[in-house]
Amino acid sequence: MRHVSRAVSGWGNYPVAQCDVYRPETRADLAEIVARAPQSSLIARGLGRSYGDAALNAGHAVIQSDRLDRLLSFDPEGGVLACEAAVSLAEILDVFLPRGFFFPVTPGTKFITVGGAIAADVHGKNHHRSGSMAASLLDFQLLTARGDVLTCSREENADLFWATLGGMGLTGVILEARLQLRPVDTAAMVVDQEKARDLDAVLERCAESDDDYDYSVSWIDCLARGRSLGRSILLRANHAALEDLPASARAEPYAPQRRLQLSVPFTLPSFTLNPVSVRAFNTGIYHVHRSGRTVRDCDGYFYPLDRVHHWNRIYGRRGMLQYQCALPHESARQGLVEVLEELSSTRRASFLAVLKSFGAASEGVLSFPRPGFTLALDLPYTGPDALAALARLDRIVARHGGNVYLAKDACLDPQLFRDMYPGLERFREIKDKVDPEHRFSSSQARRLGLAEAP
Amino acid sequence: MSETALVVGASSGIGRAIAAALAASGTDLVLAGRNQEELARTAADLALRHGVKTSVRPFEALDFDSHPVLIGSCERLDGVMLCHGQQFEQEEAQADPQLARRMIDVNFTSAVSVLEAAARRLEAQGSGWISALSSVAGDRGRPSNYLYGASKGGLSTYLQGLDARLAGAGVRVLTVKPGFVDTGLTYGRPGLFLVASPEKVAADVVRALRRGRSVVYSPWFWWGILAILRAIPTRIFRRLSL
Repeated sequence: MRHVSRAVSGWGNYPVAQCDVYRPETRADLAEIVARAPQSSLIARGLGRSYGDAALNAGHAVIQSDRLDRLLSFDPEGGVLACEAAVSLAEILDVFLPRGFFFPVTPGTKFITVGGAIAADVHGKNHHRSGSMAASLLDFQLLTARGDVLTCSREENADLFWATLGGMGLTGVILEARLQLRPVDTAAMVVDQEKARDLDAVLERCAESDDDYDYSVSWIDCLARGRSLGRSILLRANHAALEDLPASARAEPYAPQRRLQLSVPFTLPSFTLNPVSVRAFNTGIYHVHRSGRTVRDCDGYFYPLDRVHHWNRIYGRRGMLQYQCALPHESARQGLVEVLEELSSTRRASFLAVLKSFGAASEGVLSFPRPGFTLALDLPYTGPDALAALARLDRIVARHGGNVYLAKDACLDPQLFRDMYPGLERFREIKDKVDPEHRFSSSQARRLGLAEAP
Repeated sequence: MSETALVVGASSGIGRAIAAALAASGTDLVLAGRNQEELARTAADLALRHGVKTSVRPFEALDFDSHPVLIGSCERLDGVMLCHGQQFEQEEAQADPQLARRMIDVNFTSAVSVLEAAARRLEAQGSGWISALSSVAGDRGRPSNYLYGASKGGLSTYLQGLDARLAGAGVRVLTVKPGFVDTGLTYGRPGLFLVASPEKVAADVVRALRRGRSVVYSPWFWWGILAILRAIPTRIFRRLSL
């Protein structure tokens, strides 16, 4: 098998690493790469939507698995879909939403693969009610370092099942999976929009009434200071029933709304997003939004950024850092105040920041979501000072018993990682059994001490 | 009643992409190839996505006796798309006559074997289409790949004749001449340029079939590149290291 040696980066365009990239066309190709590629370690990669270095393997090999993307079977009675790991959420929605089924756990982009969704145990705006990817995953097939194909489920190879969910691709390559899709009556969402004047108001509203909504997320103005600290717009929604649609639309309840697909054609200069432009944008958004109820198509509610291809290019050549932390209920308010104050005091401007409540944790050994609140931000990469700023946030989060999301992480310190993820020891034990020579590794895994340098 | 097409070499690369494009246009498919497991997965995928009927058949290019059996095994047959092929490096094939022969047998002899059987059936039926993946490499022999090029050039000539033979019988014949395509065969090879995606080639093929064309270059600009290449006088051509 030939490979291409090239610079690879995550969606944040930081960091960038030189990797040997393989691209299997068939499952036999993939098995041969795992068995015989001369590079000492490998990591599977799908659509490259993790932000940092999770799907990078500097100086080693990356398996670009995007051609192993076939739908295998679907049971229209039970809504169970079997598909290969590189099938994207966008494809699943294209094929199955017109048939009345929705992906049960959807993050802020639909351009992710099923394999990636499992490896990061992704969550969506419905985590407070429906949990993470784990909740809709029945089982999967894992190709291990020894070349075995193991079926992993809650009953069979259960340790490996829970280590692979959220295991960032370090247990092997996911070949195919069976998922439980969710029946919906329409392709539309009934969205309730509501302003909250400060952090206490938004936390209170979530605690009061998130349970009335399947989906809940708040856009938060993280440059607001003082009495307005944490001012937000809550966007909460349920799938629309047939009678929620205007009469004219009821004949075709799953009809997709045609939208203009926009694109950022080239990388913008790094100064495009600066504290002034971002403050203007955030203040504008807060004042433009009105409270009230609307019926919108699901793309508009779930994936506003997917409308702009390559939106990450607005951050310029230097790229951006995504940051997402979770804080337990008891310390969430204090932790969020400290994080927001740290950001606004150093004038670190997050173009978009979102806050949402998390429900029960999954049993994934390294899964991110745990009960409480999660805050997600993106910051331009301005140099080592940006990394130092995130390190300060990491310490605040760790002190309050929180953790950060590995799918977005590019710079977490290994000691803080150990504090944040108590499952680490158990993960290592499971990995050692199935991959003692660390055939599967990544830039992130080595940085965090999840895998040794082979 | 929807059309049924046989796609040979459908488990990966351009064949898989053309099968997908045909399925998207509502054509039922019989997929043939060597790797039955891969074919079965592709067949399941296309049936689920596009709601067409799909089935799979084994195919061995060099098992000539099996070819008429394959054609006969299709209950209904409106089109045949040949996508199988083999490419060895020129130096290897020059050094090893077995490799050269194998490449010619797979790319040319086996194609003729399958398509003669298909032509008989479609000619008798009085309708349908036949198409095969040839290559721009067949348009002019170059030192860097004339063995592969000759196998494809022979195929192009064969298809040209078949087209003329079947025109009166209501059967269309399309010769496809792709340039460099981003498949497992080309991935990681140095010195490629203007590389097209398999989906782009597949879209060009389906469009050319619909329009009843006899030859399509894909992407189209290879027509111009090859027109220039063919026009270079031999004396100059010899001195170019192509």
